[in-house]
Amino acid sequence: MSMQQDLAPTTGDEVIQNYTINFGPQHPAAHGVLRLVMELDGEIVERLDPHIGLLHRGTEKLIEYKTYLQALPYFDRLDYASPMAMEHSYVLAVEKLLDLEVPIRAQYLRVLFAELTRIKNHTLNIAHHIIDVGAMTPPLWLYEIREDCMAFYERASGARMHAAWFRPGGVHQDVPLKLLTDIAEWLDDRMPRLFEDAMSLVVDNRIFKQRNVDIAIVSKEDAIKWGFSGPMIRGAGIPWDIRKSQPYDVYAKMDFDIPVGTRGDCYDRFMVRVEEVRQSVRIMKQCLQQMPEGPVCSDDRKVSPPKRAEMKQSMEALIHHFKLYTEGFKVPAGSVYVATESPKGEFGVYLVSDGTNKPYRCKIRPTAFSHLQAMDFMSRGHMLADTTAILGALDIVFGECDR
Amino acid sequence: MSHSAPLIHTPDGTIAAITKALGSNLVSIEEANGEVAVHIHRDSLVECMIKLRDECAYQQLMDMAGVDWPDRDPRFEVVYCLLSLTKNHRIRVHLATNEDHPVPSVTGIWPVAGWLEREVFDMYGVLFSGNSDLRRILTDYGFSGHPQRKDFPLSGYVELRYSEEEKRVKYEPVQLAQDFRNFDFLSPWEGADYVLPGDEKTGEGAGKGATQRMTADEVKKDPVKPSSPPPPTPKTTDTAAQTGAGKAANKEAVKRTARKPKATGDKA
Repeated sequence: MSMQQDLAPTTGDEVIQNYTINFGPQHPAAHGVLRLVMELDGEIVERLDPHIGLLHRGTEKLIEYKTYLQALPYFDRLDYASPMAMEHSYVLAVEKLLDLEVPIRAQYLRVLFAELTRIKNHTLNIAHHIIDVGAMTPPLWLYEIREDCMAFYERASGARMHAAWFRPGGVHQDVPLKLLTDIAEWLDDRMPRLFEDAMSLVVDNRIFKQRNVDIAIVSKEDAIKWGFSGPMIRGAGIPWDIRKSQPYDVYAKMDFDIPVGTRGDCYDRFMVRVEEVRQSVRIMKQCLQQMPEGPVCSDDRKVSPPKRAEMKQSMEALIHHFKLYTEGFKVPAGSVYVATESPKGEFGVYLVSDGTNKPYRCKIRPTAFSHLQAMDFMSRGHMLADTTAILGALDIVFGECDR
Repeated sequence: MSHSAPLIHTPDGTIAAITKALGSNLVSIEEANGEVAVHIHRDSLVECMIKLRDECAYQQLMDMAGVDWPDRDPRFEVVYCLLSLTKNHRIRVHLATNEDHPVPSVTGIWPVAGWLEREVFDMYGVLFSGNSDLRRILTDYGFSGHPQRKDFPLSGYVELRYSEEEKRVKYEPVQLAQDFRNFDFLSPWEGADYVLPGDEKTGEGAGKGATQRMTADEVKKDPVKPSSPPPPTPKTTDTAAQTGAGKAANKEAVKRTARKPKATGDKA
């Protein structure tokens, strides 16, 4: 009570106390189940504490109880906006421990679909970023592109989202030629038309710029200190892309550019993603031009299953199939940290094997963890309405953040 | 190297440079699977990390992982994954700790460590001294236990549901309709210690040429393995009577299979 007395307003000198509000956990702009506890001074954010873990499913614990192959579909369910990119890190980690060679066609197919995934992810994020700051038409057009991507996913793997198509040793099955020609036609005509149409509405739009330019500026030093990666670190002006600097699969043969931001604000991060979609189209076209014929999975029968036709003829093939789908394969003891450039940033897998058929420990490095943590300092001093723009430019999916 | 994982080239002299920079704080340094792993003492962590960042140019802390090794002493391992943007190289820093002795926090060097340490604390119960905000992060409000420890059951201890009668979320002990099926796939040819029915005595004196049995310490076991029940009494059939065959059974069989007189006159 004495405090109240002290703070009691005197004439012409009002004291307003800060108040705290909850943003989420159920909020359309929270991009999932995020609870932000915000301390506001009027409409200015003073402090922001993200509460995460509302979608924690114990993926890492579950993986310890599954064989290496059974653990794979969990990765689709991490970042459900870019499933194949999640699988990519995991299969590469397993292959690195096994020191397994992947056929060249499988590497091209993986890169092709990883880039398709990037388009799929970025169109979703761009759409949501735009919708968060108040525009409606571009998201609807962008969803057309995303829907096309999911149709391609389905034609390759049989599933629109949770593909489980990348496997240790290659990919699960080959794609029909018609799918590749359809993707090529789509890249030439429909995709750029839809995308450029949608972008023509926003990139130079005055309202969109007012909501994003100079919002949440991140310096290069801060981006490094806070463990940024992907479009977030490139938006801050550091040309760092794992596809270029530590190439995996056939990225070393691809010719593409890395966009970087100049100011490190929300608009830069948005534009980096827009340009990355265009670069992904370039990479996919190169993949389609260069892709050779050949096997799509390793012929090491201790890791990848035999063809069904072979199983009708060969007893050995049948045994291999049975052993692979009951016991699974064993991975030599050791540990690796493999990180790939997922659409959202560096997605890493720290895999510890004890020589059995199950991972001893599989630590997943989510991209959202470090980006969301930085939201506190990025939002300070900004208006309440800016938090949705900041959150939109972070590109967060909670399946991956909470695991 | 035939795999196609991200290409990380370790420049010559990297290991020597790190060894020189860390000096006596280094426990061991090794290169395996194309990755450099540095093992250091827990208490010298902050000093080592500053040297690695400033002298060896590993600017970014990308990830922190806890690992539980119940057989080891100290039990937990904390792994820091560092990235050098300028040298385009990655290393891992390992240290061992237990649940009593806190690990010095690196939040002063990399603020990103704040949440990463919270996660390791939440999952393993490893404490970090100097982290001003060491709350749980991924688990539920009011959760107890550290779920990533190997002795924490996969299904957990409590499950929750919304109770229509009480109009609130209720926590109850976990009840599984079906046990979690955890198959033991260790091959008997590779040293799993199965006692087959009738084989109980072979352990006492193995005959000449018998494969050498491994001791319990040598056998690699599944992390959480329920103690197996004793094998059932072996079912033996030494005489015909024990199988149920014999005259009595034959009589029964005759009775059952004896042809009944066919009904006549159907077609007459």
